[in-house]
Amino acid sequence: MTTTSQATSSDPTTYTVVCRLDQVEREGGVVALVGGAAVAVFRTYDDEVFALDNYDPFSRASVLARGIVGTRGDISFVASPMHKQAFDLRTGHCLDDAAVRVPAYDVQVTGDGQVLVGGVRSNS
Amino acid sequence: MTPTPDHKRLTLVVVGHGMVGHRFVQAAIERGLTETYDVIVVGEECRPAYDRVALTSFFEVGAEELSLLPGGAYDDPRVRLVTGTEVTGLDTETRTVLLADGEVLGFDELVLATGAAPFVPPIPGKDLPGCFVYRTIEDLEAIREAAAGATVGAVVGGGLLGLEAANALAQLGLETHVVEMAPRLMAVQVDDAGGAMLTRHIEKLGLTVHTGAATEAVLGESHVTGLALRDREPILAEVVVFSAGIRPRDGLARDAGLDLAERGGVLVDEQCRSSDPHVWAIGECAAPAGRTYGLVAPGYTMAEVVVDALLGGPGAFTGADMSTKLKLLGVDVASFGDAHGTTEGALELVFADAVAGHYKKLVVKENPDGDGTILLGGILVGDASAYGVLRPMVAADGTSGIELPPNPEDLILPASRGAVEIGLPDEAVVCSCNTVTKGEILARVSTDGAGDAEPCTDATCVTRCSGAGSTCGSCKPTVKKIVEDHFASVGKVVDRSLCEHFGLTRQEIFDVVAVHGYTRFDDVMEGHGTGRGCDICKPVVASVLASQLGGHVLSPAHRPLQDTNDAYLANIQKNGTYSVVPRIPGGEITPAKLIVIGEVARDFNLYTKITGGQRIDLFGARMEELPLIWRRLVDAGFESGHAYGKSLRTVKSCVGSTWCRYGVQDSTSLAIMLEERYRGLRSPHKLKGGVSGCARECAEARSKDFGVIATEKGWNLYVAGNGGAAPVHARLLAGDLDTQTLVSYLDRFLMYYIRTADRLQRTALWVDSLDGGLDRVRQVVVEDSLGLGSELEAAMDAHVDGYFDEWAATLEDPDKLARFVSFVNAPGTPDPHITFREERDQIAPADADGPVVLGATIAVGAPLGAVAGTR
Ligand code: SRM
Ligand SMILES: Cc1cc2nc3c(=O)[nH]c(=O)nc-3n(C[C@H](O)[C@H](O)[C@H](O)COP(=O)(O)OP(=O)(O)OC[C@H]3O[C@@H](n4cnc5c(N)ncnc54)[C@H](O)[C@@H]3O)c2cc1C
Ligand code: SF4
Ligand code: FES
Repeated sequence: MTTTSQATSSDPTTYTVVCRLDQVEREGGVVALVGGAAVAVFRTYDDEVFALDNYDPFSRASVLARGIVGTRGDISFVASPMHKQAFDLRTGHCLDDAAVRVPAYDVQVTGDGQVLVGGVRSNS
Repeated sequence: MTPTPDHKRLTLVVVGHGMVGHRFVQAAIERGLTETYDVIVVGEECRPAYDRVALTSFFEVGAEELSLLPGGAYDDPRVRLVTGTEVTGLDTETRTVLLADGEVLGFDELVLATGAAPFVPPIPGKDLPGCFVYRTIEDLEAIREAAAGATVGAVVGGGLLGLEAANALAQLGLETHVVEMAPRLMAVQVDDAGGAMLTRHIEKLGLTVHTGAATEAVLGESHVTGLALRDREPILAEVVVFSAGIRPRDGLARDAGLDLAERGGVLVDEQCRSSDPHVWAIGECAAPAGRTYGLVAPGYTMAEVVVDALLGGPGAFTGADMSTKLKLLGVDVASFGDAHGTTEGALELVFADAVAGHYKKLVVKENPDGDGTILLGGILVGDASAYGVLRPMVAADGTSGIELPPNPEDLILPASRGAVEIGLPDEAVVCSCNTVTKGEILARVSTDGAGDAEPCTDATCVTRCSGAGSTCGSCKPTVKKIVEDHFASVGKVVDRSLCEHFGLTRQEIFDVVAVHGYTRFDDVMEGHGTGRGCDICKPVVASVLASQLGGHVLSPAHRPLQDTNDAYLANIQKNGTYSVVPRIPGGEITPAKLIVIGEVARDFNLYTKITGGQRIDLFGARMEELPLIWRRLVDAGFESGHAYGKSLRTVKSCVGSTWCRYGVQDSTSLAIMLEERYRGLRSPHKLKGGVSGCARECAEARSKDFGVIATEKGWNLYVAGNGGAAPVHARLLAGDLDTQTLVSYLDRFLMYYIRTADRLQRTALWVDSLDGGLDRVRQVVVEDSLGLGSELEAAMDAHVDGYFDEWAATLEDPDKLARFVSFVNAPGTPDPHITFREERDQIAPADADGPVVLGATIAVGAPLGAVAGTR
């Protein structure tokens, strides 16, 4: 896998190819190195793809991609593998502590099944 | 509220830090009395208050466990606790007390909570070495020491406390005699027939009971040698415990000239105020209306009454429920209300079953309106299960009460003969230790009754919030029943469902998987769940599938279900690295294998530590290193130790008869055999075993889920022990087994557990949760009452046949290995978040402070800050 290193934060529309979709298992995650940051890329059961910063602010370790992916109500989330806090895959908001949030990244899947990660989403 | 004109703080001194003194201070803090008073508590014993009611369990659990104030101090700074200091004088004129160390304390209010002292009859020889009383932890320590060198003990007194003491002597391994002057045991609580039944039970346990026997002297020159009885042969004994009643400790009050009751005790009014308006007395030293109470519940009520009085409240003590239920030497005994039928017009209903050893009596009376019967009291010996329902039905004032069903005898007949469910009225006191009514329990669980607080969701929560069941525990089954009946009545099934995705318990999930033959999470979800699952239900289904089907936990359909550690077949550590624990069955390892572990640890620079489970843990492995490390370990013949799984961990061994001069069986070989038999077995919680080669128990087998201890004739099998936060000793399931029987019982036990336990419920809690507890397990496992034995054994055989090493299989499979990379798009780049420092010549995790940016190696944009804490 090659790393295309054209991502810059000043150009949030620039996307980096990180892997093929079939490298991310359904309801699982992988970590990609994007612009020097560790980004967790998740795939849900219905093939939606989300990306969050891999760093778990509670345990202060870079591990979120290793968590269990599931749903709470309608929200897809990942549970930190360390102490199980849940993070909303779309926004990075912690569902157990409203004051905590991890950065969420833009992601795209191309027609030929490549996963692309963009910049940090500013809001949502 | 007591006025404090110039805002000067007042001083309240409490004499005695026993159960009641402690309760008083707690209530004073909770109810705000410490806003106006500085409280000084002076206790003579060397430690803070402890649970005297549970004194006999001291030998099992130790002093720590009994403490009512484990921290040793109250967390209100306005309370000062002085222990190990006797109060030797009281001067009501100057309002001072004198302490043994000479300190003088002034008080505005004084609360006497000095309890009672055991009564020792004035007979010759009573002070000889070898004579004891049974009241404090120090007494028990002294008795234990004396028992170590003795073979026979005698207790003078066959009342409640005497039998407790006899129990203790028997536990200490002494041949035990109980000498009681009255014609029956527990004369206060039970009648002649009940006492006779009790005697039979106790004699069956090997104790000797002498009723109607008067002790005339303690024999011996320099040490006790026995007891002389009137008109009977003397009893030879080296340890004598006096437990012939108690006397209130009213000496301070007596010397200060306060009024005492005729038969001792500080005479107090309904507010527990003595003849001096600033001196109060509570607990066993107090005599409200001239009567003393030798139970803790009335003392607690008195404590609350005095706090209330000092706050200006109307509380009054107007007599107490003297009901008791206890288990003496394993025999249930309960006595409640007017047990002896002294009320006018009382009728007795008696049920006795000499074979089962049950004696039950109800004392009833015609309702004054003549249209039914009310319950006045009763006695239960041998089976006191009806106590929880009966006691709250007793008519407190002897007239009004709860209407009994038309055939009240149904209440005491064995369940099979038609015992009926009784509805208690809301005002019935369910927990007498803490005076909690049924109405209050219902209020805790109903949405509108709980006030601002969240309603309780189960009986444990009710106990925590209301105190019901937190003292002697005898009311717990009733509390639970009330809570569950309530939930059932409002149509709310007691919520035992796993999580929002499954309305099923773990056991039910186990059953649906077995019945439908599901092999995938998705099928279970489709048939029985909603949504897509979560971190709770996925690992449960994964574990159930693994228990039933075997297979690899990292196979594609199962991989995303696995909990953190199973997901990478290693234990995650705080910095995101992993630890590696190869299996070392029974703790036995060759030097060559030890060397391999050392070399691997050295080559990968891993922190190395001997675990508490007789094996070696290698810490600090990066995820991508795990396959490399395991390649080397597997090549050297190691297997996964499943330190990461809810599965068998270790079977700890001692060296046993092969080397040890005491060993009677080969414990090491058995431990290795068992560890290899059950390795890889996925279960509701982790499983640990142990095998000791003799009763010295060097393998600590009784602290394990299953423990085997060698005997001359074979093996004793103990089950359901654990260490951890709430340690439990494993209990004997079956004794003197040959190895084959042992293995079949263990197969059954473990499979029964796997099938029916709740998620993360270890064996001890599981056994407790079963209706019938250990007896139930014995029926299923030993007696095969469900006829499940061969099915359970077959399930275990299937597990044994299907076992393979997870790590070896992972190394063979490129798909599984593909996940063990640091970055999907930069597999060669180590995760820069992971850094180490050095400690005692090995690595240790360095604290990470935020996401790291790999700026130097790859072109990047502006660093990203952590958003934690912002919003
Ligand atoms: C490594 C070790 C401590 C050590 O340095 O000695 C250890 C380490 C952990 N223990 Fe332990 N326990 C270790 C022996 C014990 C023992 C002693 C024993 O096995 O004889 C006990 C008490 C006995 C018992 O389990 O009944 C013990 C009682 C616990 C408990 C409490 C269990 C309970 O029922 O209360 C937990 C928490 C849990 O499992 O939920 C726990 C959990 C853990 C976990 C798995 C916590 C976690 O999830 O990260 C630790 C990680 C292990 C790792 O990363 O490798 N550990 N732990 C020991 C590994 C033994 C082995 O060879 O497998
Ligand atoms: C073995 C045993 C089993 C029991 N089982 C039960 C049961 O099943 N149910 C039940 O309800 N009750 C039971 N009891 C009785 C129960 O323990 C007592 O009712 C309860 O402890 C009384 O509390 P108290 O605070 O009044 O007295 P205590 O707990 O005795 O406390 C009094 C404290 O005051 C101290 N003290 C005394 N004089 C002074 C002084 N001058 N200066 C400083 N300190 C002083 C004493 O050292 C003691 O620590 C049992 C008692 C025993 C011994
Ligand atoms: S338990 Fe018995 S056989 Fe085993 S090491 Fe200890 S003393 Fe020896
Ligand atoms: S009756 Fe003793 S705790 Fe409830």
